[in-house]
Parts: sequence; C-alpha cells; structure tokens
Amino acid sequence: MTTTERTKLTRESLAELRKELAPSMKEKLDAKDGVDNTGEYPRLTGKFYEKQIRRALRNYGIIDPYEVNDYIALGGYRGLEKALFEMKSQEIIDEVKNAGIRGLGGAGFPTGIKWQGAADQPEGKKYLIVNGDEGDPGAYMDRAVMEGDPHAVLEGMAICGRAIGSDEGFIYVRAEYPTAVKALTNAIKQAEEVGLLGDNILGSDFSFRVSLRLGSGAFVCGEGTALMESIEGRRGMPRAKVQRTYVSGLWDKPTIINNVETISNIAQIIDFGAGRFRSAGTPESPGTKVFALVGKVKNAGLVEVPMGITINELVNDIGDGVGEGKKVKAVQTGGPSGGCIPSRLFDTPLDFDSLAKIGSIMGSGGLVVMDDTDCMVDIARFFIEFSVDESCGKCTPCRDGTMRMFEILTRITEGQGTEEDLEDLRFLGELSTNTSLCGLGQTAANPILSTLQYFEDEYLAHVHEKNCPAGACKALASYTINKDICIGCGACKRKCPVEAITGQVKGAHVIDQDTCIKCGNCMDVCPVGAVELK
Amino acid sequence: MFEFDKEQYKGELGEVQDFMKKNKDMPGALMPILQKTQNIFGYLPREVIEEISTCLGIPTSKIYGVATFYSQFTFEPKGKNQISVCLGTACYVKGAQGILEEFENQLGIKQGQTTSDRKFSIIETRCLGDCANAPIVTINGEIHGHFTKKKVAETIKELSKEGV
Repeated sequence: MTTTERTKLTRESLAELRKELAPSMKEKLDAKDGVDNTGEYPRLTGKFYEKQIRRALRNYGIIDPYEVNDYIALGGYRGLEKALFEMKSQEIIDEVKNAGIRGLGGAGFPTGIKWQGAADQPEGKKYLIVNGDEGDPGAYMDRAVMEGDPHAVLEGMAICGRAIGSDEGFIYVRAEYPTAVKALTNAIKQAEEVGLLGDNILGSDFSFRVSLRLGSGAFVCGEGTALMESIEGRRGMPRAKVQRTYVSGLWDKPTIINNVETISNIAQIIDFGAGRFRSAGTPESPGTKVFALVGKVKNAGLVEVPMGITINELVNDIGDGVGEGKKVKAVQTGGPSGGCIPSRLFDTPLDFDSLAKIGSIMGSGGLVVMDDTDCMVDIARFFIEFSVDESCGKCTPCRDGTMRMFEILTRITEGQGTEEDLEDLRFLGELSTNTSLCGLGQTAANPILSTLQYFEDEYLAHVHEKNCPAGACKALASYTINKDICIGCGACKRKCPVEAITGQVKGAHVIDQDTCIKCGNCMDVCPVGAVELK
Repeated sequence: MFEFDKEQYKGELGEVQDFMKKNKDMPGALMPILQKTQNIFGYLPREVIEEISTCLGIPTSKIYGVATFYSQFTFEPKGKNQISVCLGTACYVKGAQGILEEFENQLGIKQGQTTSDRKFSIIETRCLGDCANAPIVTINGEIHGHFTKKKVAETIKELSKEGV
C-alpha cells in the first residue's frame, strides 16, 4: 500500500503488520552482505564486531533507516506498545530506574531519577528534549543513531512522554549533521502517517508530537540550558540553575533533556526489561556505551561495548593497536572536557566513575588514540583553543581564563615558556574549573590539567631544553638528513621552497638550519626516509 | 561592500517571506527563520534581517545579537567554491592543520576568508563526525576522507577549471 492510503495503526494491527513483514525482512537480511541473521537478532559480521554488544547501534547498518517497516519488522515500537497498554506511568519510570541507565551524553546522571523529577511536577505542559548537539570533536555516535536508526529515538521519546506526562518533544540536532536531519525528518513524517506519533497513538489516549530544531554552530548549546535558550530563539548562553530543568526548563516548563544515545536505549529497556539491560556493564555504570574509537588506531570506527571494559581491550583487541613501528602514548576521552590518559593506565575500566578518578571523563564517548608523534602540550593547546572559540563569554574565568591559558600554551610550544608558566596554568585551570557556571568552563582546563599531571616531563622538555620530544611543535623541531641513508637523488633539494638544502648528486645532502622554514616538504618527498625530525 | 539586489532575488525573497509568515507565531521562530534565510542566500543579507525584524517584532539589534553568536551565520556572501578542513581531534592528530595551511598558502587567504575573485572560501567548521576516515575535507558540501596535503594543489586546479 502506498503512504497516502496508510491507515493509522492500532495495537492489534501493529502486531499483525510485524508478523506479515517478518518473512520478507528475513529474506532481505539473509541476502545482505556482512550480516549474520542466524541468531536471535541480526548482527554485523567480522572481527571488529565480535567483542561488541550492540544495543544503541543494534539496527545501525542493518535496517533501512528510511523505512519504518524495517524497524517494525525487527521488533520496533514493541516497547512503546507495552508502555501504552500494559504499564502505568510510574511503572515505566521504575523500570528505567531499575535498569540504572545513566546519561550517556557524558554527565552520567541517572535517567530514571530525572524522569521521576518531571513526573512529580503538577500536571500541565511538560517538554522533552533530545540532545543531538553532539559537539565533541572525535565523537559521532549520536550521528550514527540519528542517521541509522531514527525510529529508536522517536520510540524512546514517546515512551518518555508517556512516563512523565508530556505531549511535546524536540530533537535538537547540530547544523553539521544534515544527513541526520534528513533521516529524522523522514522518520517523523512516517511515524505520524501510521499513527506511531501524533494524536491517540496506536489507538490509545496518549498523544505526542515531535519536532526538529537545528543548531547553528555553537558547541556550548550541547549544555542543557544553553540549548533551551537556543530553542527559544536567543543566544545559546547557559542559565544559572536555580532549579533543576525538570522543574523549570524550556519556556519555564518542566523539561526533560536526554542525550540521543540514552533515549535510543529506552525502547529496549521497556521491551526486554531492566534485567537484560543490567546484564552488561558494571553495577554503578550498567549497560553498554558506544565509543568512537579514532585517531592513530588501525581499526577505527564506532564500537559498542559493555561499560567497564578496559581501555587496553578497546584499543588493542578491538582497535588492533596503532600499527607497526609506532607506540601508543595516550588516549584522549571526553573531547575538550576530558583528559589524556597515559598508556600505563590502560587497564582502567571505561565507566563513569573510574574515568573521573583519573582526571578524565566519559564524555560523549570520543576516544582518540595518540602515538609517540603526538605532543601532549600541543594537544592541550589544541583543546584550549577550541574552548576559547566556543566559550559563550558569560563567565570571566572561562572567557578570559581560557584565552590566557591558550596564550601560555602557545608560548610554551614556541619555546618561550618558563616554569612559572606551568604554575600559572595550574592556577588558571583550577580557577576556571571552580568558578564557571556551566560544564564548558568547569571542564575546559581538563586537557591541560591531565597532561600536566601525566606528561609533565614533556612540558619541562619544552620549557627547559626548548625541545619537543614528539617532534610535533614546529618551532622547536629541526629537520636533518641522515647522511648514511641519503642516496643523493636531489628530490628534497628540488622541492625545498627556500633553497635551504645543498648537496651534490649521489652525495649526502644537508639542510641549512638557519634558512629552513620547517615546511616538511623534504620529508614528504624523500624516497628512502633519510629526513629526520627531532 | 556587497549590494543586495531585491529585484534580482525576488523568488528567493518570496520563499523566505512565506516561511516567515507561516512560522511567525511559533514560539522560538527566530532561529528557524534565520536558518532558512542562510540556507537560501548562503548568508544573512541586511535587507532580509530588516524584514524579519518587522515581521517578528524583534529589533534588528537583537537579531544581530543572536545571529553573531552562532558561527554558521554569516553576513557576507561566500565564494563559489567552499572548502572546509575539519579540525576535530581525530583529523588534527592525522595532520589536518597542515592541510589547512596548505590551502591557506595556495589560495592566499586565511580560514574564514574569501578570495577577492569570490571563487574560493575557506569555511571554518567543527568536527563533522566522520572521524574514522580522518582527515576530512569538505568541498562544496561533499565529504572527502583520507585527504592529504598533496591533493590540495590538484583540488584547487580542478575547481578553478570548472565554470568561470
């Protein structure tokens, strides 16, 4: 039947439709490359996926995200059905509480307790916001869910709406994700057409509407209250939280704000129960977490694993290490709000509390692997520059403090730093952490403080010896030609833009350090790897 | 200074006006209207901001206050070819900074600027979420993964050839 002829689904007809769709879906998946459809639920095949437990990503790469029937055929909207016809609002909240799911956007606040807070507010207008403003550089799990399984987001939203007594939800998606917007727009339209969103969902007395709101390029809008300001049509500056947002949030109404990954777990918690959710993970951080395993790692990609897996297992077993001849130095978690964890701490379990203990955070789940050519001072500078750009300017310690820290780090990477600078960094870092209003300012110094803690020797090398051990800080590095390896082909001499290289054909070449501008061309073109960077 | 010709862009202007009329009573309408305008024109022309102000009853000063806060809104038209180098962490550790500098050197402009012949702009961008294929360069909205410094000259040459 065509979309225009579609009649609204009821509880009964949804179950029938699912039954009807099953054979053709099975056929479709059996024929699909890279999918194993012999188990309880279809899985992607290959070594990269073996150790993963895919829940938030269970449909990613498996179903057609533009076809609601695909989602329904694999059990989609069964959780909503249960929430509407078999459970009271409080029972839904209790199930979420029992599951112990915590905010997977990074803050780790227990989702059930948040929902209870909104449900306990007097009846009236309440809002639900799904935060898809995934701004941490190096993290893209929310994009994957929104693009690859949009109905999981919508189903989770409707269940939440039912539980807290809300009839309206927003999904706030960042401007950099046009494909996610397209997939969600289509999914909302389809769900409305068949009566999975809108008035009297599945013939019940529950109505719920979802609309999309787009960001316009402001990292700070990932902060809950800044996001609300943005939806209300203002500058996205965080509010002072006199009350929790579940008491007074969007347009001063009780508002629940959940991350995309969190909300996409909800339907399965209701469908399969809290026990199944808890079967993975640790007692304090139950369930799974999606990490974006990227950077200098052989197998990069999205990885969903039980909470509590060690960094080592993730980087070396699933990611297959960094490749020959390189050494892992650190992983960076939590983006500009997180820290750099040195390889000697790689037996740390990946869960909310263990990461906080070693000065980093879970964050949204970006996990950038760095090797011995990455300078930790330069990485700290990179992140603080990001925070300088993205600070909204409301609080002085964040607005001015990040700028001063950036200046100091720039000085150090250029060989102009002093030991006093390191003290100033610590002071400013703690000041911003302790006295900023929102998470951005409170965590902006984490990349600096954590690298100062674990890689102080690198800072000292920059300060005292004017040397960058990783060879990444150009002002401190020098290119030299190893005369034992050089074959005298002259390729570097021809490519040098400032004629800093001299030498005879078939004789060893030399770089004049005073003329060299450190562009690195010689290193790029050398056929035998004779150019060294120190 | 770039002049905005209302006659020339009559059709586009009509589209924005329709969108504005349809949504003006929706709470928080300003952002979606600004986004629509930016989408259609590629920037926010002053003349259109004035119309938005009249329609929504929000002073232009307030609208500029909002628009300048978000990095995607711009007030000058961009070049024909828009290049952006992702500077997310994964791209950064894989050498994106060097690629950006190469574009800047070869085009003679800095990030955020447009060449005087309006053929090229280097647009600032945040992480595009395609980190597994880092480093990422976006050329006129199309994503190119595993980009290298060597591809820069070639890319500029290709883009210069097409059209005027």
